[in-house]
Amino acid sequence: MTEVQPETARTSQTGIVRPFLDVRDLKIQFPTDDGLVKSVDGLSFSLERGKTLGIVGESGSGKSVSSLGIMGLHQGTSAQISGEIWLDGDELVSATPDFVRRLRGRKMAMIFQDPLSSMHPYYKVGAQIVEAYRLYNDVSKKVARQHAIDLLGRVGIPEPASRVDAYPHQFSGGMRQRAMIAMALACDPELLIADEPTTALDVTVQAEILDLIRDLQREFGSAVIMITHDLGVIAELADDVLVMYAGKAVEHASCRDVFRNPEHPYTWGLLSSMPRLDRDRQDRLVPVTGTPPSLIALPPGCSFNPRCPYAALTDGKSLTEVPPLLPTDGTAKHSVACHLPPARRRAIWSEEVAPKL
Amino acid sequence: MFSYIVRRLIAAVGLLLAVSLVTFLIFFLVPRLGGATADDLASRYAGKTANAAQTHALAKQLGFTDPVYVQYGRFVKGIVVGADYSTGPTTVHCSAPCLGYSYLTQNPVLPDLLNRMPVTFSLAIGAAVIWVLFGVATGVLSALRRGSVFDRAAMGVALAGVSLPIFFTGLLSLTLFSYKLHWFPAGSTYTPITQNPLQWAYDLILPWITLAFLYAAGYARLTRAGMLETMGEDYVRTARAKGLPERTVIVKHALRSTLTPILTIFGLDIGALLGGAVLTESAFSLQGLGAYAIQAIGSNDLPKLLGVTLVVAFFVIMANLVVDILYAVVDPRVRLG
Amino acid sequence: MTVSEAVPAGAPQAVPGSDQPSSDQPLLSVSGLQKYFPVRKGVLSRQVAAVKAVDGLDFTVRRGETLGLVGESGCGKTTTGRLLTRLIEPTAGSIEFEGQDIAHLSTAKMRPLRRDIQMIFQDPYSSLNPRHTVGGIVGAPFRLHKTLPNAEIKPAVQELLELVGLNPEHYNRYPHEFSGGQRQRIGVARALALRPKLVIADEPVSALDVSIQAQVINLLEDLQDKFKLTYVVIAHDLSVVRHISDRVAVMYLGKIVEITSRESLYERPMHPYTLALMSAVPVPDPDRRDNRERIRLRGETPSPLNPPPGCRFHTRCWKAQEICKIQEPPLAELLPDHRAACHFPENVPA
Repeated sequence: MTEVQPETARTSQTGIVRPFLDVRDLKIQFPTDDGLVKSVDGLSFSLERGKTLGIVGESGSGKSVSSLGIMGLHQGTSAQISGEIWLDGDELVSATPDFVRRLRGRKMAMIFQDPLSSMHPYYKVGAQIVEAYRLYNDVSKKVARQHAIDLLGRVGIPEPASRVDAYPHQFSGGMRQRAMIAMALACDPELLIADEPTTALDVTVQAEILDLIRDLQREFGSAVIMITHDLGVIAELADDVLVMYAGKAVEHASCRDVFRNPEHPYTWGLLSSMPRLDRDRQDRLVPVTGTPPSLIALPPGCSFNPRCPYAALTDGKSLTEVPPLLPTDGTAKHSVACHLPPARRRAIWSEEVAPKL
Repeated sequence: MFSYIVRRLIAAVGLLLAVSLVTFLIFFLVPRLGGATADDLASRYAGKTANAAQTHALAKQLGFTDPVYVQYGRFVKGIVVGADYSTGPTTVHCSAPCLGYSYLTQNPVLPDLLNRMPVTFSLAIGAAVIWVLFGVATGVLSALRRGSVFDRAAMGVALAGVSLPIFFTGLLSLTLFSYKLHWFPAGSTYTPITQNPLQWAYDLILPWITLAFLYAAGYARLTRAGMLETMGEDYVRTARAKGLPERTVIVKHALRSTLTPILTIFGLDIGALLGGAVLTESAFSLQGLGAYAIQAIGSNDLPKLLGVTLVVAFFVIMANLVVDILYAVVDPRVRLG
Repeated sequence: MTVSEAVPAGAPQAVPGSDQPSSDQPLLSVSGLQKYFPVRKGVLSRQVAAVKAVDGLDFTVRRGETLGLVGESGCGKTTTGRLLTRLIEPTAGSIEFEGQDIAHLSTAKMRPLRRDIQMIFQDPYSSLNPRHTVGGIVGAPFRLHKTLPNAEIKPAVQELLELVGLNPEHYNRYPHEFSGGQRQRIGVARALALRPKLVIADEPVSALDVSIQAQVINLLEDLQDKFKLTYVVIAHDLSVVRHISDRVAVMYLGKIVEITSRESLYERPMHPYTLALMSAVPVPDPDRRDNRERIRLRGETPSPLNPPPGCRFHTRCWKAQEICKIQEPPLAELLPDHRAACHFPENVPA
């Protein structure tokens, strides 16, 4: 069954040129018996075609919830969503669910962490790709099947003509993830969201999948959001990086700046707590003390303040005011949400944190 | 797959033998433990005027004086090659497979069973169609409208259906729909489907609905639970992420997975029912296998009981095997053997 | 009398020879360890093939050191961990713990040894019984081995909870009330209750967030120093292994392909598979992105049902020659204390 052209939602009336993906003050909350879970608490970022944004965060940071929000996959749940999501001129939060549905697969696609549970066990892989393709392309089954074979070959699955009739459980982990990527790309989406696509895979396979995503992005010119907790993956793939903590963005910078000149204590904590192969071995890792906060009862002021070693240097502001995400230099290319003055942050980084890494 | 089926069939034969042996032993031992002798048992068939010597002679003729393993051996042999039975001057040949001979009614058991199977089958299969359609549909709707008025009402009715004994609902519906409203016949009429399909269905509607109500309730609850679980699976999220319309997501992706375990249970339920829906047949006076079993128990007629038990066991075992094979056909991850 | 000072009642009798200085005898010595899982088919369920999960391992672990067992899925490292704790029985080979071969001990004979060999599991969400309180979980070893009178168990458990960084007042809470990192700490506390000598940690931090991983790694190291523990850490993350191990063994398809000290492995990896593994690890340095020469392996890992003849890695190795297909290279000592199983190893001085 094919889809007719969707009616356009609110397009930009004043003729503002927006980035391809523009998220403005996105809030996603879930009412539960224990209280309101503020999974995403005012997130803003943008992304251009052909670029990769890496979203880094730990569990509870809101990175997956926000991406599911962009895709409109909270529809039908108890989620309360506010803010704006502009995708290529269409605003999605105020659009009808059906409008957003018809963008899924065609304009934006998502791949998930566990390819075994994310593909239907009863249907052949080829059939699942064909289903995606024929949703938006009025072609015969034969043509769609050939397209599926081409896609499987394109993502590096050997003998695609025979593998197209295999079931998901008959693939190895890496091949399954490639198949899922093929399924996501069936209709040439312009935005690809990859939610921890390599976390469940072996390291050699992970490297291949990351290469594949990079190649495909170059070939199709799509915008890619890579969600991960692995800073190594970020370094490999991302042009820009968004560091999330407790539902908010705490640092937004180019990839290089996040690793060379990070300015948020949480980012410093992440960098210090990772054992690295490319540096001399430290005797002791420096973890971020404490545990991530409850999203129902967020700490007042800066959500990171209970775990921040420098909270005392903010004259008590981190206990009362939520720090806004502000540019740290003149351009808007590096933004940090921290009460510490920029000069102070840079000093701490270069004198205290960086030498220990 | 083939070797698996072979192994299961061999096991089935063994299981049937075991069932027959246990049944045989029960009915052999119980009267004897109560103090009855072979002569006492034969005296049921000897007539009022028979004396002790005649009764004893009859006991010998019927084989009641033989040791238990001989009697059982005779029974098994009869299944394979047939047997002859005589209670007096006449000898009846019961051809293979001979499931025994009832001295009380002077009839071989198997033909009786075969006569009654269409009734039980009609009841079971008709009810099955109804309960699957209603039960699954209700369960799916309840799951999709979780917490709504419909959901709560449906699950409430389902709870009643599962809790009320079937002879209660049967008699209740008979009283209401037959005797009070005269919408349906009061049971005990059965028209074979080959004779008049419409009449056949009309006669069976009340028993169908009564039996189906019980099972539909259970299936509604099962389907609801299964759907709720499946709707939360990752592959359903992927289906939505692809942009599929919600109806496709529900039917093609979620329901398909939910139905697989329900299919298993359905097979087992049908298997047991094909052996006789005892309570429903009694309530509606239908002459099926279930009623036959009740009569046999009431008249303490061992050959009939053995025959019915074996038939029920056969259906249940076969249903299990079919269900296991179907599961492997439906779910490509399952590999048998 | 605290737990750490008391000699547990009913402790296993001293093994002859264990009075000797610990540096003499390795705590754990594995030789020719094999585990094959049979595959049965046919009407009579005859064994037609075997999954050769572990196919001949030789290694030793000295008292107080940490051996890291590294490899990808299907290499047999998890099976090895289960063999070492005797959760499963080996098909062949020996496992000598303090000089005693435990490979085929009966359940009854193995029981007292379970005080000395413990395991920490990977998934903190499924490895704790959700129906037991934390106090119950951590106290179970004391009750099972009857090492303490009942009255003394609770204080001992609370001491353990504090030791691993948890609040002793949470004695009566259930696992679901804790975060992943805290649950892993509970698992650690349970494993350490009876002061084992050897702890097998199966991917102890993979299921945890990065910042919590560092906390648990530090905890494991601190406990090792404090109680003179010996670890075998099974992991797939090379960076974590490098941080925590003294010696490292790299596994591929049921065999050890390289085993040496940590420094030697990371400075001078010899086996092509080790090199490929290291080059595949994403490095958190964006400047290295374009300069990287990643080693791309051909094909996929073969099935352990049918390992390739000769060197098992030859189907994917860029250096493979004819001899690699025919003759399996022995795990030879190419440099002092550095063994690798390869006909054409890298980084070997000529």
